Amino acid sequence: MEDLIIIGAGPAGLTAGLYAARARLKTLMLEKLSPGGQVLMTDWVENYPGFPDGISGFDLVDKMRRQAEKFDLVIENQEVSRLELSPEKKVVVTDKGNLETRALILTSGATPRKLGIEGEELLIGKGVSYCATCDGPFYRDQEVALIGGGDTAVEEAIFLTRFAAKVHLIHRRDELRATKLLRERVMALDQVNIVWDTVPTRIVGDTEVKGVDLKNVKTGKTSHLPVQGVFVFVGYIPNTELVKGQLELDKWGFVVTNNDMQTSVPGVFAAGDIRSKILRQIATAVGEGATAVFAVERYLESLK
Amino acid sequence: MSDVLQVTDNTFEEEIIKSDIPAMVDFWAEWCGPCKMVSPLVEELAKEYEGKIKIASMDVDGNRQTPGKFGIRNIPTLILFKGGEVAQTIVGAHPKSHLDEELKKLL
Repeated sequence: MEDLIIIGAGPAGLTAGLYAARARLKTLMLEKLSPGGQVLMTDWVENYPGFPDGISGFDLVDKMRRQAEKFDLVIENQEVSRLELSPEKKVVVTDKGNLETRALILTSGATPRKLGIEGEELLIGKGVSYCATCDGPFYRDQEVALIGGGDTAVEEAIFLTRFAAKVHLIHRRDELRATKLLRERVMALDQVNIVWDTVPTRIVGDTEVKGVDLKNVKTGKTSHLPVQGVFVFVGYIPNTELVKGQLELDKWGFVVTNNDMQTSVPGVFAAGDIRSKILRQIATAVGEGATAVFAVERYLESLK
Repeated sequence: MSDVLQVTDNTFEEEIIKSDIPAMVDFWAEWCGPCKMVSPLVEELAKEYEGKIKIASMDVDGNRQTPGKFGIRNIPTLILFKGGEVAQTIVGAHPKSHLDEELKKLL
């Protein structure tokens, strides 16, 4: 039996892993892809403290992983298919078998939210994208639409101007939600055309994206915008399918915890984007990962 | 030493289309973070399927023709080939178990 299993090797998980390894807890970290999480989708991280010149998403998580492994953290490439959580027993079921642990930290993060409009699902991979750093270069000198208004949407719109001839930033309100600095930057760019009070209603094309139908939410007026790509940045959905019905979730499906990362089941903790909270950043994920391990140590002590 | 064969626009026809065993090509690029999640899995699969399925990768930065030919506009994208024809296209990062399932179908 493990002392601790950590599910998900993004910044929250990797920090928890680092602290757990140094605390010499018998720990196993499970990651279904490769370590990194959503940070890998970002080109450049400017707001993580300690890096005045910024750092690439990949390099940052790579350093985090190497640091944790230096203290002998074991990270295994396994996908969790089911969790059985109770105060007395925690079972983690993967394709390689069943694992039992005394404590569990969930750091499985979140996945980009889809628009849920006609044509979107059909055209994923054919012009519809949720990752500008992955796919931006395919749209060199073309026109693209970008849906969203938060930090990610604005950052990615700025990033896309390196390749696209024009980026149409479609936002449903009359003001961007993004941080002031980002708003200043994007509004100063000629290549970015901000379309206010507008939502996409349909993505058009059969074998590839040809355009997007739009609707002004204030006037009701509809229009069509011919573009070769549609980038979607409208938020995140927590990866909580495994714990639905077992842990308390907030109304958006994020895991409810107290200040010590403790969920509604004793011995089960959550950290990072999967948690119910006001701010989702690498900087918050890291702090929560460390706190969760400290809470695990106290919990394990209480069992003795 | 990598077990994954690097292919280019020039060698694609010979290595993949004309291959007598099935093949899988991992389309990636240096700038693409999620591609870095998939590449280690592809490395492992190359070892496991050695001799049975040709596992290759193509850097889309230096090779524009082939991705264009197959309509690739998102990476990572994995395309599975059998007898020179596209058998399956997998877009985005997926767990190794999913990739393994798809590769088994080729055999």
